[in-house]
Amino acid sequence: MASETLLARITDYASRPNPYPLYAELREAGPVVQQVDGTYLIGTYHEIAALLHDPRMSVDPRTGGVEVQQLPFLRLDDPEHHRLRTLAMWPFGPPHSPRRVDGMRDEIDQITKELLASFEAGEQVDLVDDFAYPLPVAVICRLLGVPREDEPLFRAWSDALVAAADVRPGADTTETDKAGDQARVEMGGYLLNLAEQRRGKPSDDMLSAFVNEPDAALRLTQQELAETAVLLLIAGHETTVNLITNGVLTLLRRPEQLDHLRREPELLPRAVEELLRYEPPVHMRERIPRADLDIAGTPVPRGASVILALASGNRDPKRFHDPDRFDPTRADNQHLGFGSGIHICFGGPLARLEAQAALGALLPRLGTARLVEDPPPYRQNAMLRGPRHLPIRL
Amino acid sequence: MPDDLKNGRIVIVGASLAGLRAAEALREEGFTGSLTVVGDEPYAPYDRPPLSKQVLLGQATADTTELPMRRDPEAEWRLGVGATGVDLLARRVLLEDGESLPYDRLLIATGTRARPWPHPEEATLDGVFTLRTREDGKGLAERLAAGPERVLVIGGGFTGSEIASACRELELQVTVAERGPAPLVGALGGTLSKLAAVMQRNHGVDLRTGVTVTALNGNGAFTGAQLSDGSRVEADVCVVALGAVRNVEWLADSGLAAGPRGIACDAGCRAFTMYGIVTDDVFVAGDVSRFPHPLFGYQMLSLEHWGNAVEQAEVAAHNMINPGPLQRPHLSIPVFWSTQFGLNIKSVGVPTYSDHVVIAQGSLEARRLAMVYGYKGRVTAAVTVDMAKSLDYYRHLIETAAPFPPPPGAADRAIAADVPIPSDVPDPSVLSHGPTVALTGHLPDRRLSVV
Repeated sequence: MASETLLARITDYASRPNPYPLYAELREAGPVVQQVDGTYLIGTYHEIAALLHDPRMSVDPRTGGVEVQQLPFLRLDDPEHHRLRTLAMWPFGPPHSPRRVDGMRDEIDQITKELLASFEAGEQVDLVDDFAYPLPVAVICRLLGVPREDEPLFRAWSDALVAAADVRPGADTTETDKAGDQARVEMGGYLLNLAEQRRGKPSDDMLSAFVNEPDAALRLTQQELAETAVLLLIAGHETTVNLITNGVLTLLRRPEQLDHLRREPELLPRAVEELLRYEPPVHMRERIPRADLDIAGTPVPRGASVILALASGNRDPKRFHDPDRFDPTRADNQHLGFGSGIHICFGGPLARLEAQAALGALLPRLGTARLVEDPPPYRQNAMLRGPRHLPIRL
Repeated sequence: MPDDLKNGRIVIVGASLAGLRAAEALREEGFTGSLTVVGDEPYAPYDRPPLSKQVLLGQATADTTELPMRRDPEAEWRLGVGATGVDLLARRVLLEDGESLPYDRLLIATGTRARPWPHPEEATLDGVFTLRTREDGKGLAERLAAGPERVLVIGGGFTGSEIASACRELELQVTVAERGPAPLVGALGGTLSKLAAVMQRNHGVDLRTGVTVTALNGNGAFTGAQLSDGSRVEADVCVVALGAVRNVEWLADSGLAAGPRGIACDAGCRAFTMYGIVTDDVFVAGDVSRFPHPLFGYQMLSLEHWGNAVEQAEVAAHNMINPGPLQRPHLSIPVFWSTQFGLNIKSVGVPTYSDHVVIAQGSLEARRLAMVYGYKGRVTAAVTVDMAKSLDYYRHLIETAAPFPPPPGAADRAIAADVPIPSDVPDPSVLSHGPTVALTGHLPDRRLSVV
């Protein structure tokens, strides 16, 4: 089939269980492969890595001529991006809160234990609904200061927002965009309201830190706070669920690797890195050139949509030895699972910790576990790819 | 006979970063013969960058910076014993305890030491320090922790500036005396050195430029110093940060091309003899080496960079145990970093190999920027201030010899991104601080007009 339909074929729901042969085709046709809709698709590691570091590549949809009012730092370029990301990082990570993430270790272990307490040997569970989803939700709720019981409320908003952000070449996106905009406004209002309740009554969470920041220069405006909180809540749980689920799926498909990990659990941190390479939660990101560029010999005009297939870069044999092999002992593993450059995953350290804790706690129970359905049913989303359900028998 | 190369006797002289990484890499690549590492300090390999940062701030002690071993190099460690010479014909390294070590292949990684204060008597005053070794770090950290009235730092290079930064963080009064027009000017050129000067003064450093220290005073203990402008600085601690001296004296009679700028080697880390003939059993890595680099006009580079020591050691190790056609060149782009006065400064390429600069992203006012250095119309270096994640992009421009100034379109592009200004790198002989990067090519005293 012709390479200019690759993006359509990759995003086709039928490809969700295994898009990797299409990525191989993409790398073969690449590095830069123009699609029928004018999009440029790139799937080779070195080109992706270079573009992720290229300050001429914008994440701001306005660079491509799309009218939007307010954007979170994920979709802003420097210097605005830097300012907002730094302010968001203040209560989350180094240099001002270096122990925040690591300090959640015990709490994450506790939540993990509670969720696993109801798992009985011989029973069938849905690893997504019963474990991989509620764990990161509980963690991000705790971190931000959002009541866990509001989950049904923000799940609907989150679904609408994530659907609107997906890549769907050729599809009419008017309705999903509208639903996404509405969800953003409602979810922002909800989170602002929660933050307001903490004004003057600081507690140990990020909303509280944002709203009680005494230094005016370090304070987010209402609008910025809403955008940032929405971003953190969604990113905090839509991706880690895939990482944990993909981890269990990958290990259950490879009993010898599972055995290896059960015998040497100290390999877990490396195994999580390998998962981020082999089955990353985020498969694609979009960039828009701010000037006419030459990318590996292909002219790409300013304002064009450039899709970077991170998951394909992770399987590039020019970068990784034997890339289609899942190898939890892999040493040289600078994967694109968290992206790279100035937009490198904000919550990466937290995601690592959660995945290590989750898989570590599950390992003893996976020895006799079996997949009920393989491949499992996948979520619609092509960009945030992962199983919707993962039924397993313990 | 590649199999023979994986066996035999290898001696590494120098037990710091380059020596350790080479030893590990040799084993990693399958060397099964005997391996001996000689070091004149009585310690297992340790890391030096923390000595001017965390150790002075009391966040770590000097004896905790031991370098982690990536694998056991299964070496015989001869620590606390200096090498005094090498006999190239007999293939033996001579040690100060009279012993000699036979080798089939030798790696020289003896690095540098701190340039001492030129007047030996003044240098021995109590309270006068240099900073290079673990003992230096320990002694200075203790003295700073005791709360001196004022610290005098002689030399405004990276080490001197980092020490001054640590002093201010400890709320100590500090004076920096630099012979050049501004701190860091030798490494970063005119524009960024002005930012460095502003940062020092904003942080309360008593910065004196265009002056030299003519005498250290004291009767047993250091009490102050005379400056060339006739003024006097009262202080009870003095740190001499005049750059580094390469540890090559022990090779004076060896017949190798060893001199004050280091030991010349080819891009494969093989040492030259004094006649300019390349050896095939003597290799060099780390701060003590000088090697040609195609991106910088094939001039001989001398670098005092952590990353260079690691990468060059790995190339040297590979080439020591592989036959010619499988050997690799050491072509990596120089990178270094420094943290001082709350700023994270990172450099890629060779900033002194430049005639013009532009501020490509950010601004001096924001204290966050990427400055790009060009030489004869191509990009040769970049320095970021609190913008480290942009470094890879500029490294790519250097590697591909991209046109200077860099192309338009960058986010956070500076207003003056198209306005190159002279890079204003002074002749190193007018500075107090020695350069941490030096082009030591055909005309080393006229670095910017060669090629």
